[in-house]
Amino acid sequence: MATDLMNLVEATQFRDDHPDFKPGDTVTVHVRVVEGDKERIQLFKGVVIRQRGSGANKTFTVRKVSGGIGVERTFPLHSPRIAKIDLDRQGRVRRSKLYFLRDRKGKSARIRERMRDPKS
Amino acid sequence: MSGMIGKKIGMTSIFDDAGNNIPVTVIEAGPNVVTQVKDADGADGYEAVQLAYGDKRPSRTPMAMEGHFEKAGSGPKRKVREFSKFDREVELGDEVIIEDLFAEGDRVDVVGVSKGKGFQGVVKRHGFSGVGMKTHGQGDRERAPGSIGASSDPSRVFKGMRMAGRMGNQRTKTKNLQIARLIPDQNLILVKGSVPGHKGGFVEIYRKPTS
Repeated sequence: MATDLMNLVEATQFRDDHPDFKPGDTVTVHVRVVEGDKERIQLFKGVVIRQRGSGANKTFTVRKVSGGIGVERTFPLHSPRIAKIDLDRQGRVRRSKLYFLRDRKGKSARIRERMRDPKS
Repeated sequence: MSGMIGKKIGMTSIFDDAGNNIPVTVIEAGPNVVTQVKDADGADGYEAVQLAYGDKRPSRTPMAMEGHFEKAGSGPKRKVREFSKFDREVELGDEVIIEDLFAEGDRVDVVGVSKGKGFQGVVKRHGFSGVGMKTHGQGDRERAPGSIGASSDPSRVFKGMRMAGRMGNQRTKTKNLQIARLIPDQNLILVKGSVPGHKGGFVEIYRKPTS
């Protein structure tokens, strides 16, 4: 009973317009940025290195290397500040948290492309 | 203050219109039944409204209470609370729903019985900082209360000295919480922040007088 009500409240927050992506995939996140009274879209493209949480609190972290410096950004999956998520490339990885990418750069930081969905 | 009786369901977070992620506590405040209206001119001599919430088995209800609920035309209820200065006109047997009293953005006080913490020391219970360091021969006194008073004068410990003991499981009020959202279909109130008590515990929600 109580869990039903919790699920019901969380369900009001869900968005179902995002593509299904996993850690290892390369995505472009379209972020709504409000500056003063103007709103514009900022792109953040990189590899998903983490998904955590459940329900309305689910978040994912995107890592990119910008000018030689690694940048990571964590987004709440259901946040209205995300305008859109593009799935650019599906990667084949063998773990769910790709923290090892932080220690790598260049060739060793490459991720193989997933050619077909492993489930099918 | 007017208010209602509810049940704490749990905590989660929602996004507001600006896209901010705000923490909320979900409270189920189903229709409360008016079980008694006390009148300044009547036998009671003061103004108050008695509400009841939460169904209960009749076999677990004293016959006197069963008769009391029968007068209001309702089944036995688990929680009965009196609210003075109720600013809605209600009659015996009426049902009070959340929309009667609350709106989004309103400020409320929430009263509940806090979670019992058992026997706790002074550091957790009263926020003492403990004694000294781990070295210099006092490695076993890190969380000790220190001195509890002077010597032969006064030769006793003053009353009310803060010491270790049972913590929690007390009636506690969290003041000035904002109502983040109302879901009237399910009788749910989403209050920003935390409220006292464990999940499933009864809470009283008081509406702040609008000033």
